[in-house]
Amino acid sequence: MRVMAQVAMVMNLDKCIGCHTCSVTCKQTWTNRAGTEYVWFNNVETRPGQGYPRGYEDQDKWKGGWRLKGDRLVPRAGGRVRRLTRLFANPELPLLDDYYEPWSYDYENLTAAPLGEDVPTAPPRSLIDGAPTAVTYGPNWDDDLGGGPEHLAGDPILRKIGGQVRMRYEQSFMFYLPRICEHCLNPSCVAACPSGALYKRIEDGIVLVDQDRCRGWRMCVTGCPYKKIYFNHGTGKAEKCTMCYPRIEAGEPTVCSETCVGRLRYLGVILYDADRVGQAAAVPDERALYGAQLGCFLDPDDPAVAAAAERAGIPHQWVEAARSSPVYALIARYRVALPLHPEYRTMPMVWYVPPLSPIVDALAETGNDGEDAGNLFGAIETLRIPVEYLAELFTAGDTGPVEAALGRLAAMRAHMRRANLGEEPDPRIAADAGMTAGQLEEMYRLLALAKYDERY
Amino acid sequence: MRIDWDEALEIAAAAHVHTIMTYGPDRVAGFSPIPAMSMASHAVGARFMALIGAPMLSFYDWYADLPIASPQVFGDQTDVPESADWWDAAYLMLWGSNVPVTRTPDAHWMAEARYRGQKVVVVSPDYSDATKFADEWLHPHPGTDGAVAMAMGHVILTEFFVRDPVARFTDYVKRFTDLPFLVTLTERPDGGHAPGKFLTAADAGLGPEEGARWRPVLADARDGQVTVPGGTLGDRWTGAGAGRWNLDLGEIDPLLSLHEEGGETAEVVLPRFDEEGGVVRRGVPVRRMAGRLVTTVYDLLLAQYGVARPGLPGRWPTGYDDASLPCTPAWQERITSVPAARVTRIAREFAETAHKSGGRAMIVMGAGTNHWFHSDTIYRSFLSLLLLTGCQGVNGGGWAHYVGQEKVRPLAGWQQLSTAADWARPSRQMAGTPYWYVHTDQWRYEKFAASALSSPAGPGLFGDRHTVDLVAQSARLGWMPSYPTFSANPLRLGAEARASGQDPARWAAGEIAAGRLGFACEDPDAEENWPRVLTVWRANLIGSSAKGNEYFLRHLLGARDNAAAHEAPPEARPREVTWREEAPRGKLDLLLALDFRMTSTTLFADLVLPAATWYEKHDLSSTDMHPYVHAFSPAISPPWQARTDFQIFHGLARRVGELAVGRLDTAYDLVATALQHDTPGEIAQPGGTVPDWRGDGRAPEPGRDMPALALVERDYTAIAGKLAAFGPLAERQGMTVKGVTVHPVPESGWLAARCGRAPDGPAEGRPLLDTDVKLCEAILALSGTTNGRLAAAGLSALAARCGPGTGLAELGSAVAERRVVFSDTQERPVQVGMSFEWSGKEAPDRRYAPFTINTENAKPWHTLTGRQHFYLDHDWMAEYGEQLPVYRPPLDMAALAEDAGDTYGAEASPDGRAVAVRYITPHSKWSIHSEYQENLLMQTLARGGPVIWISVEDAAAIGVADNDWIEAVNPNGVVVARAVVSHRMPPGTVFMYHVQERLVNVPKSQATGRRGGVHNSLTRLLVKPTHLIGGYGQLSFAPNYYGPTGNQRDAVTVIRRRSQEVIY
Repeated sequence: MRVMAQVAMVMNLDKCIGCHTCSVTCKQTWTNRAGTEYVWFNNVETRPGQGYPRGYEDQDKWKGGWRLKGDRLVPRAGGRVRRLTRLFANPELPLLDDYYEPWSYDYENLTAAPLGEDVPTAPPRSLIDGAPTAVTYGPNWDDDLGGGPEHLAGDPILRKIGGQVRMRYEQSFMFYLPRICEHCLNPSCVAACPSGALYKRIEDGIVLVDQDRCRGWRMCVTGCPYKKIYFNHGTGKAEKCTMCYPRIEAGEPTVCSETCVGRLRYLGVILYDADRVGQAAAVPDERALYGAQLGCFLDPDDPAVAAAAERAGIPHQWVEAARSSPVYALIARYRVALPLHPEYRTMPMVWYVPPLSPIVDALAETGNDGEDAGNLFGAIETLRIPVEYLAELFTAGDTGPVEAALGRLAAMRAHMRRANLGEEPDPRIAADAGMTAGQLEEMYRLLALAKYDERY
Repeated sequence: MRIDWDEALEIAAAAHVHTIMTYGPDRVAGFSPIPAMSMASHAVGARFMALIGAPMLSFYDWYADLPIASPQVFGDQTDVPESADWWDAAYLMLWGSNVPVTRTPDAHWMAEARYRGQKVVVVSPDYSDATKFADEWLHPHPGTDGAVAMAMGHVILTEFFVRDPVARFTDYVKRFTDLPFLVTLTERPDGGHAPGKFLTAADAGLGPEEGARWRPVLADARDGQVTVPGGTLGDRWTGAGAGRWNLDLGEIDPLLSLHEEGGETAEVVLPRFDEEGGVVRRGVPVRRMAGRLVTTVYDLLLAQYGVARPGLPGRWPTGYDDASLPCTPAWQERITSVPAARVTRIAREFAETAHKSGGRAMIVMGAGTNHWFHSDTIYRSFLSLLLLTGCQGVNGGGWAHYVGQEKVRPLAGWQQLSTAADWARPSRQMAGTPYWYVHTDQWRYEKFAASALSSPAGPGLFGDRHTVDLVAQSARLGWMPSYPTFSANPLRLGAEARASGQDPARWAAGEIAAGRLGFACEDPDAEENWPRVLTVWRANLIGSSAKGNEYFLRHLLGARDNAAAHEAPPEARPREVTWREEAPRGKLDLLLALDFRMTSTTLFADLVLPAATWYEKHDLSSTDMHPYVHAFSPAISPPWQARTDFQIFHGLARRVGELAVGRLDTAYDLVATALQHDTPGEIAQPGGTVPDWRGDGRAPEPGRDMPALALVERDYTAIAGKLAAFGPLAERQGMTVKGVTVHPVPESGWLAARCGRAPDGPAEGRPLLDTDVKLCEAILALSGTTNGRLAAAGLSALAARCGPGTGLAELGSAVAERRVVFSDTQERPVQVGMSFEWSGKEAPDRRYAPFTINTENAKPWHTLTGRQHFYLDHDWMAEYGEQLPVYRPPLDMAALAEDAGDTYGAEASPDGRAVAVRYITPHSKWSIHSEYQENLLMQTLARGGPVIWISVEDAAAIGVADNDWIEAVNPNGVVVARAVVSHRMPPGTVFMYHVQERLVNVPKSQATGRRGGVHNSLTRLLVKPTHLIGGYGQLSFAPNYYGPTGNQRDAVTVIRRRSQEVIY
């Protein structure tokens, strides 16, 4: 057992309101500079939707992450030799059109326009060449299902689950997916870098770019399946989400977490066994990857783990932090948080509580009583958001863990509704979800009361 | 061109002085909305306006954010729970309110309360951001929400009142609503009956004579006799009512229904607006009391909702599945498309949850249902659900209306200082909607008579009169304020009145009766009756709130515009208001704008003064969403040449004072004000009739059947000195808020010690208010929510009126020690305390919820009966068939003779294809109106310019692909935008999110060759006559409290794909 500590994040998608405050405060803090106009360390996608850059999840096209060659993991973009041969002509890079052409406006015209018959306006100008431009794409183009079925057909997940989803008014559904760098346990960007500029910090697992060593080869951009490494076209170097490490080091949450209006982000320490990572990332069945990654995490309450952690030089404070980590609780104790695209085999460390709502709606249409606790579990398959869609995001298509997570959330609601209305608790509710009433109430505290000092 | 501050202020000051001299101070006006979010910046300008005698224009009703149903039902402006109280709700309906987008910081309460087992139902035509959180999504056709609610009411009345009565509900409506009150029925020529007036103590010959016409009565279930309960309006303003104005019924058991086996019945004729000219005849149980045929409001309500009981004649639905008659679930399905079974189930769940939880069922309602012409009827149908289930006045229950941001928690101080009531009384406060309707000449384009929307069962009062005739009538009857008031300079009238040696009000009434003095609104296009100088600060009138934007440009500003509507033809013109052949263009001499950014308002302004932002000045803020008052503090000094609003108005006041020497000096201003709510003016016109004296030779009586008149002395050379000091009238005459008067004598002393005294000049010895910090300090010191001494004094005064049994004095002593000073608010937001200024209780362990003082302390609502009203018995309510909650569909613009104008032809579209759609302007992500969505980051996260959301079907019909340029055209104007095609939109409806300004990425229109407009370029003002009612209980004017709404939701437009080549 080789214990290491990782600062990880959980986002509760059931609470995200899609306000994009995280994106804006992140951008203001980190990428409000020339050369990084198009860079969004944090973005928020409406799903279904194409994401940013568009269609990034289509690894047949972008060749991000790892694939299994026999029982060995190799970057999907190819081994070292193939990558070297493509140093100067890498076809697997998103182009300006896959991101968007950043623009501004000729604001000056509003004050400097000559006297005329009509009011002035500020027309758009390209930030690339300064010329008049037309806005035809942006980093959040499909916000709130903008673009409709024709545009959303480009969502790689929808393509995967095929004809199950109909983009019709009556059947509309959406949810928001905020994304930052996953700070993976098995980062393919690090593996892809020919210069050794990308590294994962030993003490907290944060993945960073050494700006002095970066030579701008952009192999990391290809290697990252989440497309969360960006090329600064001013400096010619790669940049990425830093997990706000200067703030983390000062004991403060990341800017995106601090400013999250929906209060859906959780930050905490997770202890894991570094010896198990390679094997876990290489289990043959993609659907076993979620379980395999869970198997790498160590129980901080286990005295053997604590002792091993101390031996590994992990400060006692960190072990304590791991014990009270809301992230560990949501991932490992309550099992309501799931990894994003485990099939990329990078072992991502930003996990998500899948969105529950709307659920009674689906039931009502089948004529069932949407308030009945017994029905709630059965209903999850008929959720307005297809479980298959969520499973393609979080569990390589395995609907089991998604249904289980949603079932626990539903059980919490049913249990607490009885308490709210002063009715007798029904012990079956918790039992059916594989939890105790006490656990449901602890989870309720974390998700519903969600106090600042318990989220971070 | 750029000029320096001295020159700019001199130009502005000269315009003010010249206009006041030549035309009168009521030809100047100020517009600045939302005082709550920067009270001092608002108050300093409003105070300046008040000191010079200029009207301040209301915003809340003008924005259509004011829910008229609130004064109608509660007798209150708007009083709602803070967002944290959503957490207390066990059932939450979000009805036309997109909380994640419009109440972003508070949305987490809604997301989290679900984990407590709260059920969430979203009613929205689109799959909105809020719908993501919904357990159920209902999507009625836009504007038909009232039908859904009426059907829910039908279910609740059927199951929880008639079939299996719930004691808690019955008890609640008996004590806290007008349902048991008696209503007279009047016989109609067709043999049916019409619901008439409340039976009063005067009719029954009961109780003290003083105020008897203002005491509605009910029957006591114990003996069936008529009895006079306490708490009605007759107890509020009379000597006899002292100590009796409370809801304690003592031994009285109000008789809810007169229904009994074999009892007498009568058929009432009720309108149904879902069918052209439709009526239904339904029986109600009746008795003869005090010589009149009467029934109860409850009995009428059951008839209105179509809830049958044995033995009653008339046409009743055969069951929930009877779609032929209002208000069954099946009937609403025909109108709304929402399945009847779901409406039935949700209504049942709602009531059951309210029953189980003791009233913790809540409806968050928003602009989606509040911005329609008939929104008051929609809201009344929502409120009925809450009143019937006993949810109002309960933490976690009741209505939660969040549109606009109106709540100035430290109300008394802000109100006193912003109206300069410490120096001169009364000030001129104008209802925004009629002001703009009249002065931007939008009435000239209205081609239907007001009776076009009258009830088929109504008395036919409106005939062929135009709505502007009714606006003028409401002004001369003292219902609504009207500025400019008279066809002459009120300073000249003041001088003449003084010279006459008579009482000035009597003198003026005589001049009017003799025909020598006219009302300006009866000839608004006459040159002497135009507004001349308008100052806009903290606002974007022209880019944002100006419904009928193009008419503002044409008539008020004299700019070019994109409107193509024809004026009303001769037969459709006003009967009483003068029609001038040539409509004036460019009435304003000066549009003065104070702003820190470029907007449509500054683009069109004659003079733009650079203002400091929120983070460059000291100010105070509060909101209805949370219980705190907190400070804005300067992070930096105003950059470049910017100045704070405070500094600008003080600079302007000084210059006006200097220029006034020898020109204005001291003048006497004849000020007319409307009969005001929460004052004795609200009992001016008993019986809710229309006591018009015009034409019947009667001389009007000021303050009775015409506006109140007062002569106000103004020393124009002393404006600046008074602006900068706290005047003596607050101590002498008290500060009156919602009918409660307190005297800030110790506070005045404290302010003098804290702020210093004016060493000389007109305010010599008075406490100084010469900095923004001191103004903030004064607002806090003079308000009950932040000064417990005043709260206690006010609650004691209230206790004297309501009686010791209410425990109000004890409530006051519980908060008497609380005190918030400005430096407290600078350190951190400070929770305010309970006060007579508001209707709810709050404490560190209790969230603010409105009307909890009423339900827990038996304090009456500020209405005719003192209870929450289902029934409104004014003549004009009968005319519009809205005495009771009723479903009224969205306006049919074609049926209202809305012509196509010279609507730019189909040649504008390459293939001639077009769709006609409902045009809705909801609030957007990432902006507060126009602020700050033109920010590059926000534009980048959106589509980079103006967009219209359109359904897949409508887009396909006109060959539009996502992001294509389109034009929306109707007689009122043109919008050029890109299309966002989405399946979350219902076919037949498009959204143009609120205030996408013409400043950024707006090309020239292909149709007109001029710049495309803003969202309000396709709207035109329509005034609902029932909102003009005044002088009658809760139907009385108060600024931003009650007045016609500037609604805009009923608009329709044609959409075409345009050439994809655009020119800027």
